[in-house]
Amino acid sequence: MNPTAAFSAILGFRPEARIHETLPSGLAALDELSGGFPRGAISEILGPDSSGRTTMIHSLLASATSKFEICAYVDTDDSFDPVTAAASGVALSQLLWVRCGHNAGHALRIADALLHAGGFGVIVLDLCRISPRVANRIPISYWYRFRRAVENTPAILALLEKQPLARSCASLMLDMRCRKAIWKGAAGFELLRGVELEAASRKPVRQAAVKLLAQMAG
Amino acid sequence: MFACLHAPATDLAKIAEAFTPWFEQTAPGTIVFEIDGLRQLYGSPQQIADAIARQAGAGVQIAIAETAESAILAAHNFRGVQVRPRLDKLDISSLPLPEEFAEILESWGIYTLEQFAELPETGLAERFGEQGVYLQRLARGAIDRPLRVFEPPPIYSDRIGLDHPVELLEPLLFLIARILQDQCRKLESHGMATNRIGITLELDDKTEHRRTLDLPVAMRESKTLLKLLQMDLEAHPPQSAIVALSVDLKPVPPRTVQHGIFLPATPAPDRLELTLARIRGIVGEDNAGVPELIDTHHPHPFRLVAKQPEIAARPAPVTSRQAFRYFRPPIAASVDLHNDRPARIRASGVQGHILNASGPWRTSGNWWTASQWNRDEWDITVSEALYRIYREPDGRWFVEGTYD
Repeated sequence: MNPTAAFSAILGFRPEARIHETLPSGLAALDELSGGFPRGAISEILGPDSSGRTTMIHSLLASATSKFEICAYVDTDDSFDPVTAAASGVALSQLLWVRCGHNAGHALRIADALLHAGGFGVIVLDLCRISPRVANRIPISYWYRFRRAVENTPAILALLEKQPLARSCASLMLDMRCRKAIWKGAAGFELLRGVELEAASRKPVRQAAVKLLAQMAG
Repeated sequence: MFACLHAPATDLAKIAEAFTPWFEQTAPGTIVFEIDGLRQLYGSPQQIADAIARQAGAGVQIAIAETAESAILAAHNFRGVQVRPRLDKLDISSLPLPEEFAEILESWGIYTLEQFAELPETGLAERFGEQGVYLQRLARGAIDRPLRVFEPPPIYSDRIGLDHPVELLEPLLFLIARILQDQCRKLESHGMATNRIGITLELDDKTEHRRTLDLPVAMRESKTLLKLLQMDLEAHPPQSAIVALSVDLKPVPPRTVQHGIFLPATPAPDRLELTLARIRGIVGEDNAGVPELIDTHHPHPFRLVAKQPEIAARPAPVTSRQAFRYFRPPIAASVDLHNDRPARIRASGVQGHILNASGPWRTSGNWWTASQWNRDEWDITVSEALYRIYREPDGRWFVEGTYD
């Protein structure tokens, strides 16, 4: 037995026992790229403001709620907008929304409680607006704990953030970017019609970016 | 043999309880019970009747007969104490006859139970049907049925008085656990659950501390109820030492759920309620729940409702729509205008030339209330990022959020 296999055996880690079930994000191009979001794993969605992270997560939540799953949104900075979420198809009655009042510590504790409660299809941990100083102070043991809690369950723990936090604990890492905003109308009377987004998979393997289109709600 | 007690306004249940715990309350003023088990204690039926009469006092009609229905009939129609009375001379009106039956029997010249009992059963069945046969068997004293034992409505509450005041939560929880275990066992034995649990703590300073938990689903697991009470008491502790406590559960039918074989597993409601209670203990009671849209033109047309998520009847189709993220609180900004359009913005984390701007979108409403709003909104692009900014009537600018 090679050292890696022996070490895995000691830890009780059995790669062949893992279930490779995925949940489609609802965005066809992205599902072709990544095969959907892996269940029983942590997924990270990275990007700056307007990169489409939230659009992506709304789409994932809509996909999960359309399959009659109960989901949770741990909202660190009270930034969730139910109006655009509902426009994306999220069944709001199936979504547990927790506002953490700008406290990342609370958000982490709540995500932990939800993971251990069980029964959720998707748990979103929104850490987009926490400062780099706070992000760097999150103990790495949290991510290991989360990975351990979510594995062997059908849940998806999706992290929304500006920079990678879970790193090696994440099974999927998507880089989001805004290609261009679509404005239409005569000069001076333009209307924002949508945004062209770009999603690139950084993990499990680095892949070429795909183009996505998000139209304005309403 | 059976004894029947009949009196309009007397607590007959208390009299019957002196002889047997198993009795039937046939009507508000009528109680019947079996006396075969009393023979060793009191002797003959006459002696039993005398014992009941001594216990009941005056004014209670007592009858002892072979069957329960005969005893009831006798107690209703004879005064005093009667043992094995003859019912055949009783008037036909002593039976619970429908009016049309009474008229027909009177036209036939049937006036007593004896005459009614002698009528041919087949002919009676042809004329009066099943009810007629039943009434004739009643007149003959031939209906032998088991008693429908009276059970008082169960009370799911208990009280413990303490010898010494308790100041800490842990010993208090030990006592609450004891009450909850008993009450939950009682609920289970009656096939019931609870959706409201109340606790009253009598305090050392002669005041009371009451807490009531309304549960979203009916449950009867004492551990779950104890944990919920613990978290509630931690959040709302009493102001003084506790000298007595009482716990009261509201009984309701248990939850019945039909799960679908192809539906995914969802959080167990009792476990989810416990998790929600923990979460509310961290973030506050108003910050965990289900988002709900409000039919209004207000800039924030939604609210958070403190309840459990539940499966929607029909899911909406999945569409890719541009999402929005709020900055809370909105970021104060300084905006330079060019031809009355935003040209440059300076705010914490958002600054630079505005490449595109769409607006102003003027919204206002509720001017007749304190929650009025009035503002001009703009969608802007600043270095590849899209924001929504707005101007208050007093000229102040804010960044409300970003399209993300």
